Amino acid sequence: METAVRTEHLTKRYGGQVAVEMVSLTVRRGEVYGFLGPNGAGKTTTLRMVLGLIKPTSGAATVLGEPAGSPAANRRVGALIEGPGFYPYLSGRDNLRVLARYRGLDDTRVERALDRVELTARAGDRFRSYSLGMKQRLGVAAALLGDPELLILDEPTNGLDPGGVADMRRLLADLSAAGQTVLLSSHQLGEVQEICDRVGVISHGRLVTESTVGDLRGGERLVVRADPLDTALAVCMRFDETVSTEDGLVRLRLDPSRAPEVNRALVGAGVDVHELRPSERSLEEVFFEMTGRREMAS
Amino acid sequence: MTALVSSTRAELLRLRLWPALWVMLGIWVLLNLTFGYVFPYLSYRTGGGGFSNEGVPVADLLAQILPGNVPAAVIGGIPMFGGAIMLTLGALAAGGGYGWGTWKTTFIQGRGRIAAVGGNLVALVGFAIALVLATFLVDLGVAAALAAVEGQSLALPPVGEIAGGLAGAVLIAAMWTLAGAAIGALTRSPALAVGLGVVWVLAVENLLRGTASLLDWLRPVTDVLPGTVAGSVAAAVGATPVSEGGPPGVVTNLDAAPAVILAAGYLVVFALLMVFTMRRQDIT
Repeated sequence: METAVRTEHLTKRYGGQVAVEMVSLTVRRGEVYGFLGPNGAGKTTTLRMVLGLIKPTSGAATVLGEPAGSPAANRRVGALIEGPGFYPYLSGRDNLRVLARYRGLDDTRVERALDRVELTARAGDRFRSYSLGMKQRLGVAAALLGDPELLILDEPTNGLDPGGVADMRRLLADLSAAGQTVLLSSHQLGEVQEICDRVGVISHGRLVTESTVGDLRGGERLVVRADPLDTALAVCMRFDETVSTEDGLVRLRLDPSRAPEVNRALVGAGVDVHELRPSERSLEEVFFEMTGRREMAS
Repeated sequence: MTALVSSTRAELLRLRLWPALWVMLGIWVLLNLTFGYVFPYLSYRTGGGGFSNEGVPVADLLAQILPGNVPAAVIGGIPMFGGAIMLTLGALAAGGGYGWGTWKTTFIQGRGRIAAVGGNLVALVGFAIALVLATFLVDLGVAAALAAVEGQSLALPPVGEIAGGLAGAVLIAAMWTLAGAAIGALTRSPALAVGLGVVWVLAVENLLRGTASLLDWLRPVTDVLPGTVAGSVAAAVGATPVSEGGPPGVVTNLDAAPAVILAAGYLVVFALLMVFTMRRQDIT
């Protein structure tokens, strides 16, 4: 599959402080790639390097086959990086008209972008009067201007109320369904696991892993709540040696279709089975296991 | 070239819709009218002796406000006060983009930094030209009205003199505008850029020129500073030097040719300074 973004050992240091270290990631065309990490992990710094806003200390990146940050690359990219940057004295519409002129687009594209984020009704108001959510939506509209081949969205749901978050997810799902390539950074794991094809996890400036959401979550599991727990655990170990217990539950890495088999074994051993259900780890659980950090709220 | 044209169109749009720009241009026109026409005319009508033109003969006061003196009236205030306003404009236009995050947005539109910054500079120079032309037209209208009221000649100076005056005014206004833009890019802060720039234009250079009158060895340095260069250009194209009762900032330290060459040189240096500064900056 053709590559949309490729970074190779991308590193950024500020003096003695390392912001991003040896990050090598690949975003394929047509996929929604989730770039995950807690605040301060290096997500925005990496994306800024991908867009040429900051120069890497070492390493390299290409975007759509062009050097990262080159006019040839950025012309085909729409991006929202760490909050929208607009002229406060201009209306939302005029801000987009300015960007349309930069890109050599006519004003009909502006109206289409405003409509896409449902901002047409307030497009004539000055940017400074917008709520945080409206500013964020205008930022996404700016990124969509001119139907770019690659969308880079840095925490696009920041500042949005629950309704706005739902709208943004719907927009991203629509874009994904239309085959749009999206590089999406987030610390909101819940939203990413629903819409992303693959994810890269960054922690302390380093890319911890890069995988599909399914692989990362480690496949399906069975959860058993039974009494007595010790006997249940012993029975379950016959099916999965890596079985674990947590909060009075037994967790097995096992195809859920084998649930009746497990149930029969447990009952046969005199165990009272209160609950037996399939379960998947959330991305959040995976992240915590990988990084040992708890500050990444879902 | 397409990139520069697109960037210039974008910058012209956002600057044209910027209220602060019209406030500054309006203030300049108002100041020009007040000191160039209102006070001299009131002094003339009351027989001379105003605070800004004490000792100037009444006939000279009248000559100052007639159409024949319009080019000098346009250019007289630009080296210092007009320069401070244009420098402020440039500093806010360039420095403001860091605080608002608009340089970040601009630089990811696929036009390249040089073209994007170049568009900003071209648009700013465009507004400097517009400022000078607007001042000329307003002054011309007021001078014609006063000449009609006083029954004086409506004759304009020769076209060459008008063109020279306006060209000199544009050169000075553009030089100060780009100086402000370059300081804005270097400091990444509109407030700091305005503060430093205005203090330089209104205070530091005057103090240095004053010091140079006592210390001969300092004069070669002060003679080539931007304010002295601007004042010398103004004097070269018709403004009355401050030593002969003209506006502050108009000086005769340099002859016409070196003054114009140095002013053009500063214009280019400030433009290049901004382009190369912003080309290398990390935009965070």
